[in-house]
Amino acid sequence: MEEILITGVGQIPAGEHWDSSLREMGAKAVRLALQNAGNPEPQALFVGNMLSMNISNQAHLATLIADRADLVGIEAATVEAGGASGGAAIRQAVLAVKSGLVDCAIALGVEKFTDKAGGELESALATNMDGDFEAMQGLTTTSQAAMLMQRYLMQYKAERSAFAGFALNAHKNGAGNPNAMFQKAIKADTYLKAEMVSEPLNMFDIAPFVDGAAAIVLTRSSLYKGSAQPVKVSASALSTDTLSLHDRVDVLEFRSVARCAQKAFDQAGLRPGQINLFEYDDQFGIFAALALEATGFCERGQAWKMALEDEIGVGGRLPCATFGGNKARGFAGGATGIYQAVEAVLQLRGDAKANQVPGATHAMIQGIGGPGSTCVSHILSKMES
Amino acid sequence: MEIARHWRLKQQRYGLVGEVCPHCDHKIFPPRDVCPNCGDEAKEPFNFSGQGEVFSFTTIYEAPAGFEANAPYTVALVKLDEGPMVTAQLTDLGEQPVEIGMPVEMVTRKMRNDGDERGVILYGYKFRPVLAGLR
Repeated sequence: MEEILITGVGQIPAGEHWDSSLREMGAKAVRLALQNAGNPEPQALFVGNMLSMNISNQAHLATLIADRADLVGIEAATVEAGGASGGAAIRQAVLAVKSGLVDCAIALGVEKFTDKAGGELESALATNMDGDFEAMQGLTTTSQAAMLMQRYLMQYKAERSAFAGFALNAHKNGAGNPNAMFQKAIKADTYLKAEMVSEPLNMFDIAPFVDGAAAIVLTRSSLYKGSAQPVKVSASALSTDTLSLHDRVDVLEFRSVARCAQKAFDQAGLRPGQINLFEYDDQFGIFAALALEATGFCERGQAWKMALEDEIGVGGRLPCATFGGNKARGFAGGATGIYQAVEAVLQLRGDAKANQVPGATHAMIQGIGGPGSTCVSHILSKMES
Repeated sequence: MEIARHWRLKQQRYGLVGEVCPHCDHKIFPPRDVCPNCGDEAKEPFNFSGQGEVFSFTTIYEAPAGFEANAPYTVALVKLDEGPMVTAQLTDLGEQPVEIGMPVEMVTRKMRNDGDERGVILYGYKFRPVLAGLR
């Protein structure tokens, strides 16, 4: 059967790249991925990016990066879907290759956050929400997550301290990832004493904004001539909800995630219990919790217990954020979804070293734009040899 | 400055004017011309009372550009008595702690200015606590 394969991956370390620009980071990740794939000739480049127009005053990004990566002439376009931009770029690459119109495509994610800081960065991030009815009220993306968590704690009588589990797991796994921003485990006590940012969110409930770039190369199985064991894309889905929290009937249900996950499981012919690792979108601990519930890994109102009992550790029932997730690897906007893909491919190839999930066959990666306004999910699977 | 953009929204900003669905009587804010409840066209204006209660809330310390002078400030999802939810700042809180379920009412306040002396001063809705005994 004709499959969509990921034949190469590339990433640069996530972090504060003061000496590197948007185009340099992007081009580097593209070259690394092409090398890893055995230097095929790509025909299309899809660039996932969230905020280059605001942060770097740079539109027309895909053409700029194709230019810088010595790929002039290639089809190139930028894909934007808020925090889900990286996954959305993978989705476009999958559609292109699957259609037969493109034989080999690159999905790149790149983000340069550090060219703005403080109120300017908050303003740029706020362009992802409803400009007329949210941003104009002075709302921030962090405060959206804080209001979700406030309501969650009240409605489900969840233990506040249980949310430490998401951060502890991420930092523990970040310690085994040389590309992570934070490569050091933290203690439960550190979490409990952390500075409050927007009640009830503390510093460790929020992923750091980092610069980053990662890329993958996709092709069809009938065209693949390499000898390395490739990874196949078993499912690719994207769904939306209302952009604003205030327009939802049930704020604590991430319906975009539920719809998207259902489509993905149907495509792959898999149940949640057959997924060996889940790269969720932990821009905030509460997003991880709501995503676990909406994807079907636990009942509503129960995800905090998965964190509390460390079911999400590398040796747990459902290993999550196995390379540190957004919390420890760093949240790199449009690059995040591609970092997830790279990390899942390393797991499925058996190349995850200290963080290897034993017997990893099916990995789900999931990106979230806004507070669950957009969700993109892919299931990547080991090819039977 | 986006002058036309703010002018366009004057009825919502100053009057909390939304819509009511002529088919199922569902109340809509912000207006969207299509009823999210029944899916039919809904363009009939509706004046909300401005009464509601806090559904959730938090405090912002690191504000977006233009809002720094107000920080820290409290934002909330306010469930209006007529049904819809609205995102807004809370104001006139004094020493009063905010709680989920707290009754609030709409008031008109300065939202932000453009920063320079010729900038537009933006007014809009915020919500304040309803004094005990008044409802």
